[in-house]
Amino acid sequence: MDIRSQISMVFHLDKCIGCHTCSIACKNIWTDRKGAEYMWWNNVETKPGTGYPGKWEDQDIYKGGWEKSGNGIKLKGAGKKKGLSNIFHNPHMPVIDDYYEPFTYKYLDLIESPASDDQPTARPVSLITGKPMDIKMGPNWDDDLSGTPDYARNDPNLKNLSPAEQQAMFQLERMAFFYLPRICNHCLNPGCVASCPSGAMYKRGEDGIVLINQEVCRAWRMCITACPYKKAYYNWHSGKSEKCILCYPRIEAGYAPACMHSCVGRIRYLGVILYDADRIHETASAPENELVDRQMDMLLDPFDPEVIESAKKNGIADSTIKAAQSSPIYKFVKKWGMALPLHAEFRTLPMLFYVPPMLPVMASLTEVDNSAQAEKLGDIAKYWPDKWLYDTSTEELWGTIDQARMPIEYMASLFSAGDTEKVKVRLKKLLAVRIYRRWKTVGDISEEKANQVLSDVGLTQELAEEIYYLTSLAKFDDRFVVPAAHREQAIEMIENAGDRKGSTGFGFKEGTAKRGL
Amino acid sequence: MTSLNSFLFIAFPYIAFSVLVIGATYRYKSSGYKVSSLSSQFLEGKKVFWGIVPFHFGIILLFIGHLVVFLFPEAVLRWNSDPVRLVLHEGIGFTFGISVLLGLTILIVRRWFNPRLKMVTNRMDVVIEVVLLSQIILGCWIALGYRWGSSWFASDLSPYLWSLVKLSPNIEAVSALPDVIKLHIVGAFLILFLIPFTRLVHFLVAPFHYIFRPYQVVMWYWDKKQIREPSTPWQITRPRNN
Repeated sequence: MDIRSQISMVFHLDKCIGCHTCSIACKNIWTDRKGAEYMWWNNVETKPGTGYPGKWEDQDIYKGGWEKSGNGIKLKGAGKKKGLSNIFHNPHMPVIDDYYEPFTYKYLDLIESPASDDQPTARPVSLITGKPMDIKMGPNWDDDLSGTPDYARNDPNLKNLSPAEQQAMFQLERMAFFYLPRICNHCLNPGCVASCPSGAMYKRGEDGIVLINQEVCRAWRMCITACPYKKAYYNWHSGKSEKCILCYPRIEAGYAPACMHSCVGRIRYLGVILYDADRIHETASAPENELVDRQMDMLLDPFDPEVIESAKKNGIADSTIKAAQSSPIYKFVKKWGMALPLHAEFRTLPMLFYVPPMLPVMASLTEVDNSAQAEKLGDIAKYWPDKWLYDTSTEELWGTIDQARMPIEYMASLFSAGDTEKVKVRLKKLLAVRIYRRWKTVGDISEEKANQVLSDVGLTQELAEEIYYLTSLAKFDDRFVVPAAHREQAIEMIENAGDRKGSTGFGFKEGTAKRGL
Repeated sequence: MTSLNSFLFIAFPYIAFSVLVIGATYRYKSSGYKVSSLSSQFLEGKKVFWGIVPFHFGIILLFIGHLVVFLFPEAVLRWNSDPVRLVLHEGIGFTFGISVLLGLTILIVRRWFNPRLKMVTNRMDVVIEVVLLSQIILGCWIALGYRWGSSWFASDLSPYLWSLVKLSPNIEAVSALPDVIKLHIVGAFLILFLIPFTRLVHFLVAPFHYIFRPYQVVMWYWDKKQIREPSTPWQITRPRNN
């Protein structure tokens, strides 16, 4: 057993409102630079949709991730043989038009144009060439199913669905979508690291954050192909690849990453998880239907004395073990079994988990008498005299999931390598907690019924309360359990503390980069 | 004339080589950030294929070809003693010369006419394009007009280059060569000279070490297990990656 710690994340999709605040926070801090304008280390996609870059999930186009090869795995579009033989021209590399050409507007024209019969306009100009351009695509132009024939219908996840099922998804009254925020998954078996010919990419041993050393990156461009999530980006100005750094300067200082800190829906959770590094290769090579379960098995119980002992033997700090014990990730992923990795079939063992959205819930409109409610309202409250109830209850307890508005196959294609059962189990848990809470707060469900749904999915009232708390009420420190980076030892990370003894000072270790940054 | 010859074929080679060694080392040591070629495939990914692939494969083969004749002149002369093998040898060389010429032309035209690529082209890129293009045109011209290059390279130029290596330059044979060939030789040293100042540095860091390294790279700030060993806290060496 070789225990390592990994900073891991859970995104609770039920709570995502698709506001892009995370994307903006990230952009303002990290990618508001020349050559990085088109990069969104954090982006939010509407699903169904093609995403960013277009159709990134379709590995027949982009050749990202790993694939089975005999008993082991190999990189699909990179690796030692393919990478080095395609080093002059990488045939599977996306170009800027697959993302979008970055643009701005000539706002100054509005002020400086000479007087004329027509209003001046701010023409769009390219941020690459500076010349006027026609904007064809922007970072979130597929939001909320806009341009549906272009975006939603081209979603690669629809390929498992029959034409009839696809048709049903786009009928107006059944139309449904949800948001999928994405950042780098900081995988346990990262394709990008494995594909980097110059060895510039690495995974940090202490917290598992995957980084690119800008001093060593030589623009061989293989990581861009090898990352199946397309979360390694090429900076066309500096000639270096860049990616999400999980705000490691913030993490080391004990803060939550900017995207997570700013999240309006509070959908994001971050914490440490302990895993067995000896099992990485074996797990990544597992048959497709076992990938998710095997990955869950790799994640270890931080309360197990044996795990704690081997963790300590591996030099994992006591504070990190403590953080792992109160990690919200461990609860969502392992203890409650409510979260799933995105596209496990890419075999990179992503460490960002998603709680699937309850969106497939069927709903009906029924006519009711709302006047009793209206009487309770105060004098100044606005009152709409409508008689409709958006009703999500059904006679049968699990009926809502079985008659899901969005095919479960679609969710399974995203989160469980096509296994609908795994998605269903998790959705049922979400629904069970909801039914339980409805008994508690509204009371139109009997206690027996509430207990029955909980026991159906293997939950108890205590667990349901815990889930409810962490989902709905959790405070900042419950959602982000950042392990101490031990700043008091930080100097030892850079140099021998003995050298610093008796001296102090300011300044840079070396000069700032001359090019690009 | 003799003084010009002495400069071009004695002083300049040594200058070029020193600049290459010192310049490339300095550039690498001062900032690894600048030791690469600025790939433009991201801004234009289709046409680049037709230029960059023939160019690179061609220039690598030509480089190896020139190197082999320089290192093993006798073996090359022996191989060339049979006319069929000689023509085969020269034919292969010339084919790759043409592939470099075509590839480079496509790359230059592509860079010239694409407004996006103009934004990532600097002055030294233009300089090196002109130098490389002239050098390859001269090379093809010599291959056609002054036959058979591989043989007289082996018998005349290889001894000259070796005399440079041995620090006792002998430029008798070189001084007698036609101007076209002289220009090609000077061009070669000029390219060496320019390497540290241009994107050509990228071939010095060709990633052969990738073949021997395990796929995954995990880096630790510090060996935590060693920190916990009470007998060693003051003897731990600096971490490798910082």
